[in-house]
Amino acid sequence: MATKKDQIEVQPREEVTAQEGERTRAQRCFIPRADIYETDRDIMVVAEIPGADEKSVDITVEKNVLTINAYVEPLQPSGYSLAYAEYEQGDYQRSFRLPDEIDREKIKAIVSDGELRLTLPKAEKAKIRKIKVAVA
Amino acid sequence: MLRRYPRTNLWREMDQLQREMNRLFDPSLQGRPFRSPSYPAINLWTNEDGQVISAEMPGVRMEDIDISLTADALSLSGTRYPDEVAKEAHYHRQERSYGSFSRSLQLPFMVDPDKVEANFKNGVLTIWLPRAEADKPRSITIKAGK
Repeated sequence: MATKKDQIEVQPREEVTAQEGERTRAQRCFIPRADIYETDRDIMVVAEIPGADEKSVDITVEKNVLTINAYVEPLQPSGYSLAYAEYEQGDYQRSFRLPDEIDREKIKAIVSDGELRLTLPKAEKAKIRKIKVAVA
Repeated sequence: MLRRYPRTNLWREMDQLQREMNRLFDPSLQGRPFRSPSYPAINLWTNEDGQVISAEMPGVRMEDIDISLTADALSLSGTRYPDEVAKEAHYHRQERSYGSFSRSLQLPFMVDPDKVEANFKNGVLTIWLPRAEADKPRSITIKAGK
């Protein structure tokens, strides 16, 4: 996979498997590529969802699992027919397990330029947690 | 496959064409897209008036994309930058690739440069390339001879 340094690679796409129930939409569904990094205050998730905008993204938190669903209206220039394709268009779905320290109420999401940015803030008490050791 | 004039190296072009044809008829790959030689992957739509090229470039800013056009070639270049993260931050997962890109596409016809339009929305770049009037095929009326 390694190419010349500092050059973007073309990365293959992984499709969501049907193990969690067959899809009911005609489009294929892909697992969006994501970067996850952690700072003192929060955990950031940046996922690629080209073609989706803020209105077509659904984010749900159920128990400890955060799921993103992005529905893409496929591009089809009217009057033109597809002659050659290097990528497929489709929806995106991916789930992330949330650590306990995340404040579920304060999760923020922004969609811009085909990227979804999730800010998962750590709960106040999780930031510094000292445990006193009692003498037996 | 997009080239009309195999100028650079005819044999290499032929080899590539053969590989692409083999791929096209390989039953295990049926319906799958072609592998893109360099970033970004493109899709191409055509009709008799021109073609439309689209590319998914999530996370690239509009101002970081450079499109240039010569008589019959289009080149796309730019850079995708990673988030500026604080020093103490650490990555749990890094699946995306960053850096510069540059890709040239040979167009199968002459383009009317004044009518080319590009649009970047939700991380998808779309370029409309209308065929130059002078390049379009025209029908020729046959005059009856004497």
